[in-house]
Amino acid sequence: MKYLDEYRDQRIANKIIDEIKKTITRPWVIMEVCGGQTHTIVKYGLDRLLPPQVELVHGPGCPVCVTPLDMIDRAHAIARRPDVIFCSFGDMLRVPGSHGDLFQVKAEGGQVRVVYSPLECLNIAHANPDKKVVFFAIGFETTAPANAMSVWQAKRQGITNFSVLVSHVIVPPSITGILQSPNNRVQGFLGPGHVCAIMGWREYEPIAARYRVPIVVTGFEPVDLLEGTLMTIRQLEQGRAEVENQYARAITRDGNTEAQNMISRVFRIGDRNWRGIGIIPKSGYRLNHEFRDYDAERIFEVENINTLEPEICISGQILRGLKKPVDCPAFGSKCTPQTPLGATMVSAEGACAAYYSYGRHVGEQLVEVQTAAAVRAS
Amino acid sequence: MCLAIPGKVVELHESDGVRMAKVDFGGIRREACLEYLPETLVGEYVMVHVGFAIARVDEEEAARTYRYLAEIDQLGEILESEAEPQDEVP
Ligand code: SF4
Repeated sequence: MKYLDEYRDQRIANKIIDEIKKTITRPWVIMEVCGGQTHTIVKYGLDRLLPPQVELVHGPGCPVCVTPLDMIDRAHAIARRPDVIFCSFGDMLRVPGSHGDLFQVKAEGGQVRVVYSPLECLNIAHANPDKKVVFFAIGFETTAPANAMSVWQAKRQGITNFSVLVSHVIVPPSITGILQSPNNRVQGFLGPGHVCAIMGWREYEPIAARYRVPIVVTGFEPVDLLEGTLMTIRQLEQGRAEVENQYARAITRDGNTEAQNMISRVFRIGDRNWRGIGIIPKSGYRLNHEFRDYDAERIFEVENINTLEPEICISGQILRGLKKPVDCPAFGSKCTPQTPLGATMVSAEGACAAYYSYGRHVGEQLVEVQTAAAVRAS
Repeated sequence: MCLAIPGKVVELHESDGVRMAKVDFGGIRREACLEYLPETLVGEYVMVHVGFAIARVDEEEAARTYRYLAEIDQLGEILESEAEPQDEVP
């Protein structure tokens, strides 16, 4: 398909890897921010094709992973109500709360529907006037404009049986948090391409300057990720710390201002609790006062939920680039995508789940074979 | 989750006062909201995320990057041979 196949071209991938080998003179730790990028890197084994001096660590950019457990439990409590049709992106269905996942809620009689676009919820609300339609509005800045539009249109069209359970997070405060930590290891970032499609990269410039760290806004295909890595290494080797754009075919410095305007009409910035990390100040979106009638948390009083994460889980350290999934004693044994114990195993884009899906929990040899196969398949 | 896929806009229309488009993804057609890229024309490529067009794909830029990447090793060789021409001469 146009604009996809070209960026999976193995010949070009190999050329960029050669160029990285020629450029690098010492070890560097680089973090890809987005879970989608993590998934591509592990799927194609890109981290294993790079010279050993490059260490790729996996960032906090998987919104499904960092949605706190108490929010999942709240979603399930609302979805169980007989008067509710609960709508969600497919990614959230398998995420276990304290008492099973949304599939289980559905099996027990809850009305749970998967939507491709949040606008579909408005049609569902139209068609079911006797029901309350609730949408689980999760995601980063990439998804926020779509979710905001559903609320905006509901109000404009006078739809009153629709509300959103908002659990939105934003990227810059999480990157800043990682850089401020005294034991930070990250020296350069592959920036989140599709977040920047909306926001542009202006807000990353002060971060790059203040912490002396290169940030290269990067796409999601294998060739994008390799080129982003090359650009980051060039900056590191030359002692530069700038924001550069690898993903120039889709991203501009200002981003999508129409989308930004809609975000600020519907949402305001507020503190958010990140699963595996904890509360980060000013790190997410909440509904503006004007839209409080669409706030599912306000409409459905859900009693206080107490959740407990297993002590063994080191996902918080993985999300900060301090550890890898293979460092966790539960990885691949007690903790698998079928029985996830923590944040980074609950979604296919979480680092632990990606490592597991592509065989990183078994012997090296098999992994090498799979890596080669994945590249050939590309 | 933040995945966005490039697709070609094949038709424009309006639904409940919202700008929409039909977008072709390698043969599969889906609806996408165009409110955030209101000036998009039929035939252009857009990145679509959860049913919303969020960015236009700049064809010239894509072609330029691709050409650059396809020649990246030759670039390196040219630079190298320029750096050490003396050694080559017997
Ligand atoms: S393997 Fe499971 S328990 Fe271990 S860090 Fe990953 S999510 Fe947590």
